Amino acid sequence: MTNQRLKTKAFVFFFVAPAFLVLIGVVFYPFIFNIIISLSNMSLSHIRDWHFVGFRQYVKVFTEESKPNFYDVFLKTIIWTVVNLIFHVVIGVFLALLLNQKEIRGKAIFRTILVLPWAVPQLIVALTWRGMFNYEYGSINLMLTQWFGLPAVQWLKSPVETFIAVIITNVWLGFPFMMIIALGALQSIPHELYEAADMDGASWFHKLKNITIPLIRPVMVPAITLGTIWTFNNLNIVWLVSNAGEPSDQTHLLVSFVYKAAFNFYRYGYGAALSMVIFFILLVFSLTFMRRTKATEGAY
Amino acid sequence: MTDAKKKTYIRVTATYLVLVLFCLIALYPVSQILTVSLRPADRLMSTSLEIIPKDATLRNYTALFTERPFGLWLMNSTFVAFVVTLTGVALASTAGYAFSRFSFVGKKLGLLSLLVTQMFPATMLLLPMYIMLVKLHLINSYLGIMIMYSATALPFCVWQMKGYYDTIPTSLEEAGRIDGCNRFQTFYKIILPLASPALVITALFSFMSAWTEYVVAAQILQDTRMWTLPIGLKSFESNMGSEWGLYGAASMIVTIPVVVLFLSLSKWLVSGLTLGSVKG
Repeated sequence: MTNQRLKTKAFVFFFVAPAFLVLIGVVFYPFIFNIIISLSNMSLSHIRDWHFVGFRQYVKVFTEESKPNFYDVFLKTIIWTVVNLIFHVVIGVFLALLLNQKEIRGKAIFRTILVLPWAVPQLIVALTWRGMFNYEYGSINLMLTQWFGLPAVQWLKSPVETFIAVIITNVWLGFPFMMIIALGALQSIPHELYEAADMDGASWFHKLKNITIPLIRPVMVPAITLGTIWTFNNLNIVWLVSNAGEPSDQTHLLVSFVYKAAFNFYRYGYGAALSMVIFFILLVFSLTFMRRTKATEGAY
Repeated sequence: MTDAKKKTYIRVTATYLVLVLFCLIALYPVSQILTVSLRPADRLMSTSLEIIPKDATLRNYTALFTERPFGLWLMNSTFVAFVVTLTGVALASTAGYAFSRFSFVGKKLGLLSLLVTQMFPATMLLLPMYIMLVKLHLINSYLGIMIMYSATALPFCVWQMKGYYDTIPTSLEEAGRIDGCNRFQTFYKIILPLASPALVITALFSFMSAWTEYVVAAQILQDTRMWTLPIGLKSFESNMGSEWGLYGAASMIVTIPVVVLFLSLSKWLVSGLTLGSVKG
């Protein structure tokens, strides 16, 4: 019996250890290292002779007078995340509902095409949309002027338009994920429920509100949590579409702001401290959101 | 009765119209890459909205291989992505299985810490990793980035695998044990084949994280001959105007394998991604 138990323990160990060794090396150790850097004055001029400066870098994050400052960028990041998530979920669930009707033919073809934005590598998505937003030769302005007779828009020259351009790009690439998740959830709802509701003469809206939404909720909530974190942390799209924060560093999310501080200005200590702040924001958000919605309950 | 039929007819027609509209929106930017890749070098800046340009040419594609080290980058990327995929599948399938089937000390903490890693901003790990790799002399080497890429998708994949294993009844293992298989054999011969939808998703995500990653690679692979495809791609884009055509052709070559993989697996995507969470 004890022999058996020992064998089980060894089995579990050999199955879990490799994955966690990699994660310790690549994720947890750098995390600790990052905390140390965030408490130091490390920068390009102090790469070897750095020393601890306490919480000075954290104070700098919150008080530094720069344009934009932490609060501007934080606000922009929140707007970015909320707007993106609303569009991702609404478009995703809407398309899934359309695809899930029994009269629709060619579902596989529609689904395949609609998944495309997710399949294209983000780097290429970003650079291609950047080309499409070009003032003179980009196809968006060409369509606006040639097809609709509207004036061309200076997409990548002023802060508001650039921000809209970046959001459009990210909405385009993000809705398929939510659509696929919603589709899976919808397929698991037994058809009898709708038939019973039809017999009671329930309206389309009532069925949506009382059957569909409650039943896809347990699947959608973890997906939305994950989607929020991924969107909040998405460096690629903002960095590449706005070409490193153009115009004049007006288009930044917190992550791209850190990237610029660390890799363009070599302010390692400051960058590390700001990274920690971002992490705490997300941690607090996820914990409250998941506790509120009881998302991971039963997952253990 | 005819009234109800009419209503259904209108609803179905409207659905098709909306679906087609969204399909066009999904397809258009992809068609743009094709358009750019087919344009001759003297017409890169064009105000035409045609998908296939009038004087279309494959010159950009041949130039990639004859005038640029694109073939070399293709091989580099293939090698890196292949190793990362194998590593990712091996690590996630085993760890996910242990988390699904056994209770052990630190299980809850382990699962929770996987979730927490998703909240780390990319930049938080990049900076210390970069300093570490410099110290370990792993700049301009694939070892460092391959380990890093394997870890990128790993937390998500372990969760995903665990969720899928949870839907497979434990009675199957008991039956296997009675037939004289040991623990590893029941896992390898009985459970793993049943979990293939989830394995496919894990493989896909590991492959994508290596094949398309730019930000980390750009900091670590500095020697042009060591570059992976995304860095090469970005270098064409930076010389916008003069090399926009090369960029288009390179993008097509990078995108096609991923899209083919993704689409051929999209049937599995629905079941692989959501089965676990439906039950959870």
